[in-house]
Amino acid sequence: MPTVSAQRVAEVFVEVADTLVDEFDVIEFLQLVTVRTAELLDAAAVGLLLADQHDELQFMAASDEAAKYLELFEVQHAEGPCLDAFRTGTPVFAPDIGADGHRWPRFARRVADAGFGSVHAMPMRLRGDVIGALNLFGRHPGGIDADDLRIVQALVDVATIGLLQERAIRRGEVLTEQLQGALNSRVVIEQAKGALAQIHGVTVDEAFELMRSFARRNGRRLSQVAQAVVSEDQSGIARLIKG
Amino acid sequence: MSVRSERLATVRALIAAEPEQPPSEAADRVDGLSRLCRAAIHALPAWGTAVTVMTAEGMQPVAVASDLRTQALEEQQFSFGEGPCVDAFAGRRPVLEPDLGAAASARWPAYTPAAHEQGVRAVFAFPLQIGAARLGVLDVYLDRPGTMSSATLGRALAFSEVALWILLDGQAESAADRPVERLEAAVDSRSELFQAQGMVMVQLGTSLSEAMSQLRARAYADHRRLGDIAADVVARRLQFQPGMAGDGPDRPGH
Repeated sequence: MPTVSAQRVAEVFVEVADTLVDEFDVIEFLQLVTVRTAELLDAAAVGLLLADQHDELQFMAASDEAAKYLELFEVQHAEGPCLDAFRTGTPVFAPDIGADGHRWPRFARRVADAGFGSVHAMPMRLRGDVIGALNLFGRHPGGIDADDLRIVQALVDVATIGLLQERAIRRGEVLTEQLQGALNSRVVIEQAKGALAQIHGVTVDEAFELMRSFARRNGRRLSQVAQAVVSEDQSGIARLIKG
Repeated sequence: MSVRSERLATVRALIAAEPEQPPSEAADRVDGLSRLCRAAIHALPAWGTAVTVMTAEGMQPVAVASDLRTQALEEQQFSFGEGPCVDAFAGRRPVLEPDLGAAASARWPAYTPAAHEQGVRAVFAFPLQIGAARLGVLDVYLDRPGTMSSATLGRALAFSEVALWILLDGQAESAADRPVERLEAAVDSRSELFQAQGMVMVQLGTSLSEAMSQLRARAYADHRRLGDIAADVVARRLQFQPGMAGDGPDRPGH
């Protein structure tokens, strides 16, 4: 029986659609997708990877720190279900990471250590192109209900389309431009985390939270705030960000 | 070897095979970029390639190209203040125009006819950047309209990555001779590397580009992987201090 209520699903899709229509920040959008997917499936954590120009997966967003570190681990060790889902273009499931994780021994150990019992990886596809993958980490071993999986795939497909936007479906160049832009935005955020961590004497993860709350409180885009923190003209925003 | 490693190694070998300019006023960087442009026209292939190097605020950018006609066209973008190179730099993402036709004229009304006059029918501009650190743009020109295949795109992006490192290091040798491993180290802990870059920028009170150069110089001098230096910086085991000889890093307690 599906765990996801129709009401909640409708709310999430409306929210995602609104985000696509409004001012669009790629990083925030992908972040939203991971957070909402995790909430819909209750107690899961979600990570999202996108492929760069050399067809190598790079970390883009996660619903929490645990998922983030697991995704970074996947990328760094080139081992994990997201990589397989990306390469094959099909979903890859490990409903019981203990029993099913032998394909990715080091990753599986990390997943178990982080307190998760299952992993389900969904490819991000558009017309034969696979541009990335999304991982669902379940608290307990067990498959995900088929209907719930269909909803998640639909959410992932919407995220893919949202990422590429309407024009990209017709012009392949726009896809490349947007993905390169998104990858670079991610780098800016890491640079800003480091700069803020240094200025305020906090960890890089705390610095990220400071940036996010500042962006939210002031109605600014995360990418914009990160840009301002590390830009040459040093608008002083870095000092403003301290809570 | 990963796809990226292979592509970078191929690009470096192609550059190394290009003849150097005769010793002249030309700085090492310019020579390295010039060889890169010439290697790229054969490898991609392309009608012409150019790298525009952005300099300090208020100063004219400098263009290095595969040949004089491409250099002239590249420089026209500065005089017009418009063009794919300008847009790629400002927008912080590639600008790929596979058909310099009517749509392009609307976008770049002065530049498009000038490019047409030279026989150019497609332009692909790649910003040379690491996050917020922007150093220039690599422009690839074709004399026939057409989409870039993904293989060619991958190669062009590999050229732009090597061009970026030439600019960061300021030495022609850097791209061709430094061991592959040092560039590959950047792949392993990418987030940490960029975080360290931000931290060192603040520690030294300098630019992001300079911060990356300092990190790489330290790795090279200590015979350590760039990723390990970055990890030390993020973990606060390694701190960079301004004002010391060569602006080197300091270990706590030393």
